[in-house]
Amino acid sequence: MCTMIVKQVEIDGSGKGPDGWFAVRQASVSFDHPFNAPFEHALNIDFTDPARGPGARVAVELSEQAARHLVDTILAVLAQAEKGGFLESA
Amino acid sequence: MYQTNQYEGMLAETVSVPGAGGDTINAYLARPLGAGPFPGVVLIHHMPGWDEWYREATRKFAHHGYVAVCPNLYFRAGHGTPEDVAARVRAEGGVPDEQVLDDLAGTLRALRALPYLNGKVGVFGTCSGGRHAYLAACRLPGFDAVVDCWGGRVVMTPADLTPRQPVAPLDFTADLACPLLGLFGEEDRSPTPEQVAVHEAALKQHGKTYEFHMYPQAGHGFFYHDRPAYRQGPAVDGWHKIFAFLGKHLAHGA
Repeated sequence: MCTMIVKQVEIDGSGKGPDGWFAVRQASVSFDHPFNAPFEHALNIDFTDPARGPGARVAVELSEQAARHLVDTILAVLAQAEKGGFLESA
Repeated sequence: MYQTNQYEGMLAETVSVPGAGGDTINAYLARPLGAGPFPGVVLIHHMPGWDEWYREATRKFAHHGYVAVCPNLYFRAGHGTPEDVAARVRAEGGVPDEQVLDDLAGTLRALRALPYLNGKVGVFGTCSGGRHAYLAACRLPGFDAVVDCWGGRVVMTPADLTPRQPVAPLDFTADLACPLLGLFGEEDRSPTPEQVAVHEAALKQHGKTYEFHMYPQAGHGFFYHDRPAYRQGPAVDGWHKIFAFLGKHLAHGA
């Protein structure tokens, strides 16, 4: 925990881990040392179900640029879906 | 140093040690075979967890003649792969400093009770473990030398403080009770060379015994041979400096 930059958010959805699909309840977003990506720090997202133990985790480790691009892309796709009337909450 | 006609044997295994709050936590212990007496070292693992690199480092200390023990500071986050457990601890904002200190105090007691110890114990850590090593050397009695490898957040601004890390380790510098070796990389962003300079100024102000080495063209984690941050020259030199430093301060009768 060298930066301690981390936030958690409750989410609904599914993630696919080594043992198959499971319900993801929480996302942890941090900017800290990655385990695998070749950077000193990365934008790390862990999709988890805390009740199922540490192994219930789908992880991504992104460069800063990749993370920003992903955020923009998610928002653009959601906007397009909203415009098309596809959002269930719309 | 090892000679080719010398007998060498080692025992390395998972053991239990007393931890904070009356818990029993697991630890990895490696020691040379034989009656000793051997100096001891407590290894404090880094943010990526109680992982393979730390098992290798524990055995490396044993190869160099130390009884080495590395407690699992993430024990309470549950069990799984070291990465999964460390990710949970990362999400929780790290482990509380007070809990870490109590886990280390229990580990130290267990180590000091071993019949083949020479009575001297050092503490070593990298990354968050370097910070914890410095904190332990300031706050816990019983360490005879401390090695802080690129420990970030020793120097903290008020905005950096959290309920789990409520006081900057730098603020305990007056209480540092043993010699300190610090190894750092010029390209590191935590700690930055400026933060290392602040730390060094505090050590000078309080008249502490220390040696700091700042390696050019090295960043955070330059010992980690499994990461792109690995820097062969500084890593080899850094290990030499560690064993020279510990040999000087932890030898029998030192």
